[in-house]
Amino acid sequence: MSALPGIVYKPVVRRHPAIAFMRRQPLGAAGLAVIMAMVIAAVGANWIAPYDPLGVDYANLLAAPSAEHWLGTDSFGRDVLTRIIYGARTALAVGFLSSILGSVVGAIIGVASAYFGGRIDLTIQRVMDVILSFPIIVLALAVSAILGKNIVFGIDVNLIVAIATPMVPNVARVVRSSALAIRELPYIDAARVAGYSHLRIIFRHIVPNVTAPFLIMLTAFVGQAILLEASLSFLGLGVTEPTPAWGLMLTGAAADFYQQAPWMIIFPGVAISLAVFAFNLFGDSLRDWLDPKIKL
Amino acid sequence: MLRYLTHRILLMIPTLFGVALLVFFMLRAMPGDVVEVMFRSEGANVPPQVIEEEKRRLGLDKPVPVQFVKWMGGVLQGDLGYSMWTGKPITHEIGIRLELSLQVAIMATILALLIALPLGTLSAVFRDTWIDQVIRVVSISGLAVPSFWLGMIIILVLLTLFQWNPPLIFTSFFENPRENLSQLIWPALAVGYRYSAVVTRMMRSTLLEVLQEDYIRTARAKGLRERLVVVRHAMKNAMLPVITVTGLEFAFLIGGLVVTEQVFNLNGIGKLFVDSVSRADNTMLQALVLLVSVSYIAINLVVDLLYAVLDPRVRYR
Repeated sequence: MSALPGIVYKPVVRRHPAIAFMRRQPLGAAGLAVIMAMVIAAVGANWIAPYDPLGVDYANLLAAPSAEHWLGTDSFGRDVLTRIIYGARTALAVGFLSSILGSVVGAIIGVASAYFGGRIDLTIQRVMDVILSFPIIVLALAVSAILGKNIVFGIDVNLIVAIATPMVPNVARVVRSSALAIRELPYIDAARVAGYSHLRIIFRHIVPNVTAPFLIMLTAFVGQAILLEASLSFLGLGVTEPTPAWGLMLTGAAADFYQQAPWMIIFPGVAISLAVFAFNLFGDSLRDWLDPKIKL
Repeated sequence: MLRYLTHRILLMIPTLFGVALLVFFMLRAMPGDVVEVMFRSEGANVPPQVIEEEKRRLGLDKPVPVQFVKWMGGVLQGDLGYSMWTGKPITHEIGIRLELSLQVAIMATILALLIALPLGTLSAVFRDTWIDQVIRVVSISGLAVPSFWLGMIIILVLLTLFQWNPPLIFTSFFENPRENLSQLIWPALAVGYRYSAVVTRMMRSTLLEVLQEDYIRTARAKGLRERLVVVRHAMKNAMLPVITVTGLEFAFLIGGLVVTEQVFNLNGIGKLFVDSVSRADNTMLQALVLLVSVSYIAINLVVDLLYAVLDPRVRYR
């Protein structure tokens, strides 16, 4: 048998989803590129950074940007560029860990609230209301003060808990509303009739269907977490000296001397803005890509 | 309507009680107290009787649940108590600072709406053109730039370009509007940028949704000019969610000014908050948290009620 004349089969071009994403969402791809650059800086800080992040140099206090110190030095003579590169480590670690923690806990609460409904749902919603109407800084402050410092691998675990807590009700609300819609679908009834346990229905039938909002919230919150960490560190409630962190670079001596040595604050602020910008851009495009109806 | 209102106000009670309970016990769980902070500068030279005496005066010697009941009793009668640090009534301490913070928040809201409504509309109308891309980048940056850093940059720019620093002493708007505005417009700008970004994004996304509606097609089909379609039919219907975010952001501003007031050296609610934290002034902190929570919940309620006024389809029972 020969092919029918007059019909040309056009092969369907199946691009890799990553490439398709870049073509459709150039802004998102740009965000992703910045995120990748940050990851490389964070992982390879030991090799990339020109100086020691804690290296004090009293001969070069508040030195202006020059060939030796591209972005100048701070009031201890420490190289600003080096501290920004190392700061990416703190920002990414705190950003990712706290938003993963916050989103996972929020998603569990959201799904449970939607699935069980009734009195449990009502109680959970009230507790979430209390957390929502609490000023974020107070919440973060109280959590970090009560738990104290608990440093594992150079990262303060309690700071992560403090930043994750305000995210929980937001994620719970979005995931709950997605899960509520799914709960009414016939296949959930079918699963229940088949005698599956609650856990099985939740994890095998509901959770896979709320991953899109979950992923979107997660990426959106990394940027917010980095911003919150910077604000807390700025107020002296987050990361503490001498750990290199972007928010910390804007406070203390920097706040006193920045009118004489503006490079001390300009570049760390640019780093914070660029990082948060990249995550927001990527998160936004991911939402348009996966599920444009979700409102954050 | 009245039933709905009573229902909502009744629902506020458990939430606020939860907030009060949470903040009270959280603060008590924190290490150190106000007496310790007060005498810290004097080293070990303070005799224990003096410390005991001071603790008794502030009621810190009683068990925590007893303190809570006593505090709640006062709050229910409208008495927030006295600052543990200054000894003055809390309403007085908050009152002298509220004007400043409230004014910055209101100015930031006005700025944000002035920027956001036109930008969000343009972005939606010219969807996916370069205008939209530019506005999207500007508004996503607004969410990314830390407002305290923006504040520092504003001060830096004023200093290098004009050799001028904003005045440090607060003058009431009603006494000397010029002096007042020249001090407060900068922090309002610093927080207003982020605020406008949030509103712009909401305006864009709801307007995009509304522009898909049948009545927009009808309006176009009957030959209405595009400008009128957008302004009279689309924008009006896109306002509801925009009002919601504006309200919520306003409520958060009262708490969010904490960092910005620090940068501009403003003696407002935010600075009071940070100072009270370092002084372990628990009575003051409880009052401030309650204030923010009450305003957050109240603004939420007002927003929901506005819905019913603005949209005849919304009826509350």
